[in-house]
Amino acid sequence: MMRNLLPVLTIVATLLALWYAAAVALNAQWERDQAARAGETLTLPALITDTWSQDKPKLPAPHQVAVEIWNTTGAMVLEGRGFSKRSLFYHSWITFSATALGFVLGTALGVALAIGIVYNRTMDMSVMPWVIASQTIPILAIAPMIIVVLNAVGISGLLPKAMISMYLSFFPVVVGMVKGLRSPTPMQLDQMRTWNASASQTFWRLRLPSSLPYLFTSLKVGMAASLVGAIVGELPTGAVAGLGARLLAGSYYGQTIQIWSALIMAATLAAVLVGLIGLIQRITLKRMGMA
Amino acid sequence: MGWLALGVLAWALGWGINSRLSHGPKTRTTRLLVPVIFGLTIVVIWECLVRGLSISPVLLPAPTAIAATFAKSTHILWADFVQTALKGALTGYIMGCGAAFLTAIAIDRFPFLQRGLLPVGNFVAALPIIGMAPILVMWFGFDWQSKAAVVVVMVFFPMLVNTVQGLTDTDAMQRDLMRTYAAGYWQTLFKLRLPAAMPFIFNGLKIATTLALIGAIVAEFFGSPIKGMGFRISTSVGQLALDLVWAEIVVAAIAGSGFYGAVALVEKAVTFWHPSQRSRA
Amino acid sequence: MSSNTVISARDLSLTFQTGDGPVHALKDVSLEVEKGDFVSFIGPSGCGKTTFLRCMADLEHPTGGSLTVNGASAEEARKSRAYGYVFQAAGLYPWRTIGGNIRLPLEIMGYARDDQEARVKRVLELVDLAGFERKYPWQLSGGMQQRASIARALAFDADLLLMDEPFGALDEIVRDHLNEQLLHLWDRTNKTICFVTHSIPEAVYLSTKIVVMSPRPGRITDVIESTLPRVRPLDIRETPEFLDIAHRVREGLRAGHSDDL
Repeated sequence: MMRNLLPVLTIVATLLALWYAAAVALNAQWERDQAARAGETLTLPALITDTWSQDKPKLPAPHQVAVEIWNTTGAMVLEGRGFSKRSLFYHSWITFSATALGFVLGTALGVALAIGIVYNRTMDMSVMPWVIASQTIPILAIAPMIIVVLNAVGISGLLPKAMISMYLSFFPVVVGMVKGLRSPTPMQLDQMRTWNASASQTFWRLRLPSSLPYLFTSLKVGMAASLVGAIVGELPTGAVAGLGARLLAGSYYGQTIQIWSALIMAATLAAVLVGLIGLIQRITLKRMGMA
Repeated sequence: MGWLALGVLAWALGWGINSRLSHGPKTRTTRLLVPVIFGLTIVVIWECLVRGLSISPVLLPAPTAIAATFAKSTHILWADFVQTALKGALTGYIMGCGAAFLTAIAIDRFPFLQRGLLPVGNFVAALPIIGMAPILVMWFGFDWQSKAAVVVVMVFFPMLVNTVQGLTDTDAMQRDLMRTYAAGYWQTLFKLRLPAAMPFIFNGLKIATTLALIGAIVAEFFGSPIKGMGFRISTSVGQLALDLVWAEIVVAAIAGSGFYGAVALVEKAVTFWHPSQRSRA
Repeated sequence: MSSNTVISARDLSLTFQTGDGPVHALKDVSLEVEKGDFVSFIGPSGCGKTTFLRCMADLEHPTGGSLTVNGASAEEARKSRAYGYVFQAAGLYPWRTIGGNIRLPLEIMGYARDDQEARVKRVLELVDLAGFERKYPWQLSGGMQQRASIARALAFDADLLLMDEPFGALDEIVRDHLNEQLLHLWDRTNKTICFVTHSIPEAVYLSTKIVVMSPRPGRITDVIESTLPRVRPLDIRETPEFLDIAHRVREGLRAGHSDDL
């Protein structure tokens, strides 16, 4: 892993440099218009520093985004307003709760369905093809509808978004778990039969442990999908809270720095959540000798 | 009451038939028939539930209502399809996958870049890229170009990671054989590494088809001219015209599975030699 | 060193630096291989026989001593396509037919189209696979795939054949058959063959010269000139002469690692 550190840092540094350069390029037009209107000429150093400090830039510079993030997170915590309605922590928490709930429900449902598919031939042949086919259908498209329908029956707030997250995370979990539960070799299954093991014993002692590597991979995909679901779920009803809502609000009012800070926050949330699963994966598999 | 009873009957019948078929020998026909029967059973039960429980069409329209709306709105649906799936998703797909493929080949000669790019690429591929949609709408305008841009950003990294993985998959013995022929870099690339990488490349292409359509549709939630599948869905939801929403979903489902199926067909032709395409377990 | 010498190794050494200290894969190996020889290299794992073969093929680089192939360095020999290499696994490309696989080196080396066709036909006949041009590798058995791999190494004009345990993964019945075929081939084409093996009967049956090697450090313990006639039916393996040579090989192997028994 250390071997990769230098190349990764080089790439990240290059990307940051490109970002700064792009900021100059994209914001330059506005600067020139301003200068022309004021009848001034713009020198290159002035152009560069100005493009990096606009109020509503086309592309905010990295430090502008960083400052905005700090202002809405760390700075607010220091003032004791960590969870005020303008804090990014508050919005992240809203999105995170929907994500987490949806993820847990989706995983539970996915595992249950996977067990059904592996142990019941009728379910296997009727449902599994639909699970696979559904992965090719852009399910996210119906997010607005789910929100509205559930609102109409009186379910609002956290639950509809969690429903979307659940729906998105449950498919990768089903596919991964089915693969995992079916991963023991014929030889291992025969061995269980020679010991006259019951179906339950075979499940808990052979199938389930063998499926863990597959499960963890699916959980990572499911978590990322869950987060996307929660964010998209915040879009339709002009929601006021959550990272998706911040994205939408930013885009309505042209507050580009706000959009970018919400995006970076969402990215960080995704990285933390997926990383957490990765950590649990490493610990669990190591203890099982499978890492 | 009668409708609910019919629903229960349909469930029993469907499950019964499928049970019979599943416990018989597994032929190509039964493999196709069972899920189709299952699907039809669900649709019938849906219809029965909506009628039996008098569910408001604002909440959940009946399949027959959806079919009717579909039939009378084909021109709208077609225009939306062209806007979103063809102009937005397809162009973005071609540009994004093409760029990813070329980038993979470009960095192939520089292991240093590969080692740096792969972890970053895996990280970016897991992020909620859809969040970039408002930014891209701001840069590229409301029309299909911004949607294509969203698709490019969404498919680029998964495609890149898969292609790089495929190119590095050749084993030492095969590379040694090429050395004994004193084959050059480009000869080795075209005759050995690219054909060997095809299963991975197609894996990436298939993943990209699902991402492309989702990207194009959701990007339209952030701003669109008055056509497009995402636009139609969000406005119809606002008007509570849910039957049109469901009709659009049907179009999206057909488009999505059709797109994926087309790529899978090409995959079958190109990677005919791979064990996964040959064996029928 | 006469003009008849194909391979000449003088005090050849190859040392790997590993985390646990240096590993002497080859130490002071000296050998001459004449044109038309069939030389077998036999020894336990780690004795350096494969490493030696790979040095000849310029797939490994020695750290000491000298090695010439056809009078030039191993790298020059590789660049002028002086040898064909056969690996332990057939390594055929599943996306090409058998004919396509044999054409692979010919395409890389720039042979003309009609020349390619003629050569493919000729070598397939040599290994008894005539008519299999359009089949795919997975449609052939393990033995047939290995024969195709040998045919691939014969397709271009290389007078030297380097074979690394080519029959190791096959069962004994198929192996016997392929041994016979290889001898016939050698007789017909008059190539120089360097052959690495684990099997004593195989080494004695096939070779004009047997090189016994031992590990830690990788070195030659014995070079046996075979007294068997050039034309050998399979049942020569039960003659006293054969058993004598096999015995001598066995002694050489035992002496090589008596220290760790």
